[in-house]
Amino acid sequence: MNIRAMAAALAATVTLPLGAAYATDLEVTHWWTSGGEAAAVGELAKAFNATGNKWVDGAIAGSGSTARPIMISRITGGDPMGATQFNHGRQAEELVQEGLMRDLTAVAEKGKWKDVIKPASLLDSCTIDGKIYCAPINIHSWQWLWLSNEAFKKAGVEVPKNWNDLVAAAPALKKAGIQPLALGGQPWQANGLFDVLTISLGGKDLYEKVYKDKDAKVAGGAEMAKIFAAAAQARDMAKGSNVQDWNQATNMVLTGKAGGQIMGDWAQGEFQIAGKKAGTDYTCLPGLGLNEYLTTGGDAFYFPLLKDEEKSKAQDILAAAIVDPKTQVAFNLKKGSLPIRSDVDLAAANDCMKKGLDILAKGNIIKSTDQLVSADTQKQKEDLMSEFFANASITPEAAQKRFADIIGSAD
Amino acid sequence: MAAHAPTGRPNQLFRNLNAKIASIPMMLVALVIFLGGTIWTVFYSFTNSRLLPRLNFVGFDQYERLWASSRWIISIQNLAIYGILSLIFSLVIGFMLAALMDQKIRFENTFRTIFLYPFALSFIVTGLVWQWMLNPEFGVQSVIRSLGWTSFAFDPLYNPDIVIYGILIAALWQGTGLVMCLMLAGLRGIDEDIWKAARVDGIPMWKTYLLIIIPMMRPVFITTLVIIASGIVKVYDLVVAQTSGGPGNASEVPAKYVYDYMFQAQNLGQGFAASTMMLLTVAIIVVPWAYLEFGGRKRG
Repeated sequence: MNIRAMAAALAATVTLPLGAAYATDLEVTHWWTSGGEAAAVGELAKAFNATGNKWVDGAIAGSGSTARPIMISRITGGDPMGATQFNHGRQAEELVQEGLMRDLTAVAEKGKWKDVIKPASLLDSCTIDGKIYCAPINIHSWQWLWLSNEAFKKAGVEVPKNWNDLVAAAPALKKAGIQPLALGGQPWQANGLFDVLTISLGGKDLYEKVYKDKDAKVAGGAEMAKIFAAAAQARDMAKGSNVQDWNQATNMVLTGKAGGQIMGDWAQGEFQIAGKKAGTDYTCLPGLGLNEYLTTGGDAFYFPLLKDEEKSKAQDILAAAIVDPKTQVAFNLKKGSLPIRSDVDLAAANDCMKKGLDILAKGNIIKSTDQLVSADTQKQKEDLMSEFFANASITPEAAQKRFADIIGSAD
Repeated sequence: MAAHAPTGRPNQLFRNLNAKIASIPMMLVALVIFLGGTIWTVFYSFTNSRLLPRLNFVGFDQYERLWASSRWIISIQNLAIYGILSLIFSLVIGFMLAALMDQKIRFENTFRTIFLYPFALSFIVTGLVWQWMLNPEFGVQSVIRSLGWTSFAFDPLYNPDIVIYGILIAALWQGTGLVMCLMLAGLRGIDEDIWKAARVDGIPMWKTYLLIIIPMMRPVFITTLVIIASGIVKVYDLVVAQTSGGPGNASEVPAKYVYDYMFQAQNLGQGFAASTMMLLTVAIIVVPWAYLEFGGRKRG
């Protein structure tokens, strides 16, 4: 046995350098830097390295809004990387239209992406003029409320079953010295929270009228006024959470310093790394426990057009590896996100992920705002929401008026 | 060059030819990169370019949207507050420090080094240092509270009304050392005899500074002013490191608006419009001043 192992090790040392000689280095840029995210990237790199190529990690710290400008300027500036992460949707739309991205249609046909990728809207987001330009890797949904069981125990109230319960429990939490709602200071977090309130409190119709049809009348109407009132409540509950990054806010929930956080399912990875158990240590409520709809945002990999033949080949291999069932399972379990194909076995998934898979299977899905509106509109919304959430002197009515203006001019 | 004595009228173009050739690269840089880039930016600010520049003219739409945006208005207000205060305070504090330093004190070198040291740090480091210093749980507030004043509250970075002053503090800490050094150089350039004459006439020291020394240091003040002012207009990294514009939009500055809209919002047109407005602001201040300063008399 020992000799055999030795021989195998020896053989490996001999073949490895040989393999390396043929291997192509491919730089992959992404903004996955928190604990759970980094672990998931590790799985992806492992899968790519197993094909005999070499994953050169290009992580950019500081969330997508910091990373995307760097990625885009590298691509438009003539120094493209081998592959890069973007969110599903319209972030890379113009880059594709300018012909800066590699057409993956051949890889997609070979891997039968059209049949296996579910929901189909993910592949639609990658498709421009009938050609496929990106490989979706996961589905992330925003509509989750994460609750700390410990915090509610300390405050002497029951763990909420939905958003309204949490609002009702807020005074008790405050009395016990616990922050009712954790919210990081980065603008995208306030913006995301608001969109979640729109779907979960207002329902699918309202959400689609506002973001899909861009109806300024509905955006300024009575239905939306309710959402703004709820956002004002959330603002009061989040007052005093002096953190910036989302994972710092998640950490407040993890350690019982905060009652809850509205954050996408990527927060799940943080709970997992900390060794917490769903149900006993923390509770997750998809759709805030009210309207169980999930948006199918998430991440996809885009491959800039390169001159180097070898690298282009390696790009195809990586694209295929991303959609591969094995990678899908390994990656998404670590990341806490949902796989992009329904034919994989996620028996190892925890309760929260299973809840998410159920909702997906039921087809209760909506396109995310990244897919529906342009980055420009998204930024204007972020400006409004971050101002609204930081400054209690802005009334919900005033904010709604500005919101209706943004939706009116949205594209 | 003295060897070749002028015969008749020398050709103006070929005078100091070596120097002119040597400055060609710099002139090209100024023309192509600065001027060319500026014109290009202004030109494209009238288009609806998104991620990539496109020639699709929309007139003044970008400017209308810019001035309707509350974030831009906040940015301008912040820049005004920050600019005026940092100009006044860095000049006053810098001059006071220099004047104190000029009293023939012991260990002058040591003090000078200490005061100038922050200038060796980048704005990013400065911003991070002061982010921690002003953090209510770890910084100044908690230190003073632990000394017994438990009701003491000082958390400018988390209060939208005063956050810009928190940034100002960091900027002054970083920048006054340089102002002090410039001022000290100016003070050292004043002839000893002037001080002696003032002392003979029995003029009090503060009056000597205010009425004699400062007017004599005019060139130094102008240099300092230009250095401080250019630092103010382009302030960006300090804000990014210290508050990233927060809480909410309360500490946004114009340069950050430009960056965010050009790259995050993928709306070049809007970013160009904002940067053109920044240029215009600078021009409105600098042009009349330059005209008064240099326009009247010819300098040889």
